[in-house]
Amino acid sequence: MEHSVAYVRTEDAPILKPPANLVGVRGWVMANLFPNWSNSILTVVAALFTYWVLSNVLGWAIFRATWTGESRDACIVEGAGACWPFVQAKFAQWIYGFYPIDQRWRVNVCFFVGAAALIPLLMPSLPYKKWNALFLLFAFPLLALILLTGGHFSFGFGAFISFVVQFLAIVAAFLPLTVFGIENGIKSAKPGLILVALGLVLRVLSYAFDIPLPAILDGVSTTYLIALLLMLAGGAWGLLQVLGAGPQASRPVLRAWLSGGVALLLVAILLKWDFGLEYVETSQWGGLLVTLVVAITGIVFSLPVGILLALGRRSNMPIVKYFSIGFIEIWRGVPLITVLFMASYMLPLFLPPGTNFDKLTRVLIGIALFSSAYMAEVVRGGLQAIPKGQIEAAQALGLPYWSTMNLIVLPQALRIVIPGIVNSFISLFKDTTLVTVVGLYDLMGIVIAGFADAKWASSQTAPTGYFTAALLFWVFCFGMSRYSQYVERRLNTGHKR
Amino acid sequence: MSAFDETRTSRIPFWNDPRTRSIAVQLIMVVALAAVGYELYVNASANLAKLGKTFGFDFWDKSAGFDISQSLIPYTSSSSYGTAIIVGFLNTLLIAGFGILFATVIGFTVGIMRLSKNWLISRIATVYVETIRNIPLLLQIFIWYGAVLKPLPGPKQAINVGGFYLSNRGLNMPSPIFEGAAWMGLVGLAGGIVGAILLRRWARARQLATGEAFPYISVGLALVVFTPFLGLVLAGWPVAWEVPVMGAFQLSGGVTVNPEFIALLIALSVYTASFIAEIVRAGIQAVSHGQTEAAGALGLRQTLITRLVTIPQAMRIIIPPLASQYLNLTKNSSLAVAIAYPDLVAMGGTVLNQTGKAIEIVLIWMIVYLTLSLLTSSFMNWYNSRMKLVER
Repeated sequence: MEHSVAYVRTEDAPILKPPANLVGVRGWVMANLFPNWSNSILTVVAALFTYWVLSNVLGWAIFRATWTGESRDACIVEGAGACWPFVQAKFAQWIYGFYPIDQRWRVNVCFFVGAAALIPLLMPSLPYKKWNALFLLFAFPLLALILLTGGHFSFGFGAFISFVVQFLAIVAAFLPLTVFGIENGIKSAKPGLILVALGLVLRVLSYAFDIPLPAILDGVSTTYLIALLLMLAGGAWGLLQVLGAGPQASRPVLRAWLSGGVALLLVAILLKWDFGLEYVETSQWGGLLVTLVVAITGIVFSLPVGILLALGRRSNMPIVKYFSIGFIEIWRGVPLITVLFMASYMLPLFLPPGTNFDKLTRVLIGIALFSSAYMAEVVRGGLQAIPKGQIEAAQALGLPYWSTMNLIVLPQALRIVIPGIVNSFISLFKDTTLVTVVGLYDLMGIVIAGFADAKWASSQTAPTGYFTAALLFWVFCFGMSRYSQYVERRLNTGHKR
Repeated sequence: MSAFDETRTSRIPFWNDPRTRSIAVQLIMVVALAAVGYELYVNASANLAKLGKTFGFDFWDKSAGFDISQSLIPYTSSSSYGTAIIVGFLNTLLIAGFGILFATVIGFTVGIMRLSKNWLISRIATVYVETIRNIPLLLQIFIWYGAVLKPLPGPKQAINVGGFYLSNRGLNMPSPIFEGAAWMGLVGLAGGIVGAILLRRWARARQLATGEAFPYISVGLALVVFTPFLGLVLAGWPVAWEVPVMGAFQLSGGVTVNPEFIALLIALSVYTASFIAEIVRAGIQAVSHGQTEAAGALGLRQTLITRLVTIPQAMRIIIPPLASQYLNLTKNSSLAVAIAYPDLVAMGGTVLNQTGKAIEIVLIWMIVYLTLSLLTSSFMNWYNSRMKLVER
């Protein structure tokens, strides 16, 4: 048994390197660019096309461009490319519009606070999402409204306070129902409810008929005073009943009631308060400021309304359902531009005579209604993705409708539709350019308005302006779409089976 | 069971009964809607009365008194407002039709390019899609109009390619003039279409009977394209071409396409195509790999796999979103008003400015666009029910 046969190997054959045309850069190029004749021709044509586009764009934007200068003279050189001094001169205007220069810090504060509140919300690993979202949805819009306009709104403050007090009293009369349940609650709240009802009836009657009663206080009608006292008494009765139930049961209810009342009053005081800020008319706003105001108002308003409409569309109640369908389909069926025309020409006709909003507010109303309809469809997509078993399980546990929605369905559905919400924000952001057509100056509108400046008139002014505007919009939209893809990937891993 | 039901229902207080609750909610809603509607009606009639206006379409027959740069039907400045609005509507249909055609062609090309195994080609397609759909459409319209078409040379120095003149006044191109027996061309076209249908029927029957395939698509297309020419040739070619001629200041003769139309058409089709490309890519990628592998295992060639297995299944996914993109394109054509292309919205806006009939004009807009979108969605429902997979 000797291994003397020549052709039996005693050691491994050396490992050969793979063929050079299959690995490395060359292998990649061969596989992806020149796999066969027809593809090679395509690659060459595409490469030439790419070179042509890139050399033209880069040559125009960088190599042949004018970089410094004080006026059009720098840019009317023969064969010159982009006129960047124009952008430098106008950039502040593109951001702030015609906002008074010494007041621009207010816009900056809004931008800064908004960004500081938004960025942690977008990062999934950070805590306190709920408080963060509440701040962005409620506190931030209020802050922006006061800072940007100057606050110090003129509205009937006394009337508002009296409204809030009556409202709180009526709610207080109903509080026992939430503590004791409806059946026992009605029993214990009955005297309070009767008092409040009497007060309300008296108020309504005093509108319809002139009730001759001697005046007790100067300037205040006696019927109003009696009605107010009745309601206050009713509210006090309700509060007493709730307090009687012991701190354990009454604390959460009382806390909600109090914080609601304090928040209403606080908002009114803040809106009324004179912070010493100069009043800036909305017609002076412009540029990126208007673009962001329109887009963010649209999305902030459309979220709650869209959720309600989406729930309504899936409701079993025919009137609610068909109203939702009709609302959604009408707004989705017409182009935004007709909605904007409607908001600026038709809406004033439907307001009570004598009232009028400024142009920006009218456009905001139109945009808000329009984007609610789109948001409703996005949310509906998320609702449909929740298995019916979830709702059935909630019902089996005895949860009522709103608890089912708030605790089971919406938390899951809204998580799924985050990418959809971001996408509709992107299209809303792009659609804000349409406000130019009804005479507002958004980012695009103010860029185009700058072309008319005789100081900068040159053949390269308009292309440079268009290029910069397109680049700005592109950066915003592309960034947001990347974010939405990131969220989508993140959500997918959780649901993959 | 019924006894149990009775005791249950008797114990549920009426405010906890879902039926009572739903009726109450709906009643409140109806009352609220009626109140809002009444309030709006009262306000509108008070406002109209204060302005000395009335609601009504009596302006429809009054003379418009403005000119329109592009019209498919006879229109002069003495025509009525109604005619002006109809002209606008036809222009909307025109731009939407051409836009849909071009957007589909570009979109399918780019969508297939994105799936190409050639790295450079798929990269170019990706850059196209990501660039175009992240820039607002209105800005793109302005760019095509203000930065591309307006800086073109004037009519005197128009760019001339084979009888086509491109200048800052638009595109002038030769137009055919049919005379005499030109109807023979139409007869030929009809004959070609009928022939193609018959051919398809015959080819299918033969394939069912014998299994032999016949390339009825290419032959049928050739029939439809060539028979009209055959008809015209038989009639002795009664076609003359009217070529644009340079006058003292401008080009005359032939067909003139306004720069507004060109800018709007390019912007709309390029923009919508970037969305269509994504739909096409997603549709093709959604066809599961098992399908193509199974087809390969059955011995089908690559071209046949694409034609018989991939495309029919991909189309099922592609067509519904494609239809809504067509609808979007039609709605987006209303941006024409920004560059004064006379579409429905622009004409309505002009009439609104002249007559002050805001409610009526907005109603016309809404009715037209809602009808278009209803037609689209009913088409989609019909298509979905036809193409739905029949499952066990």
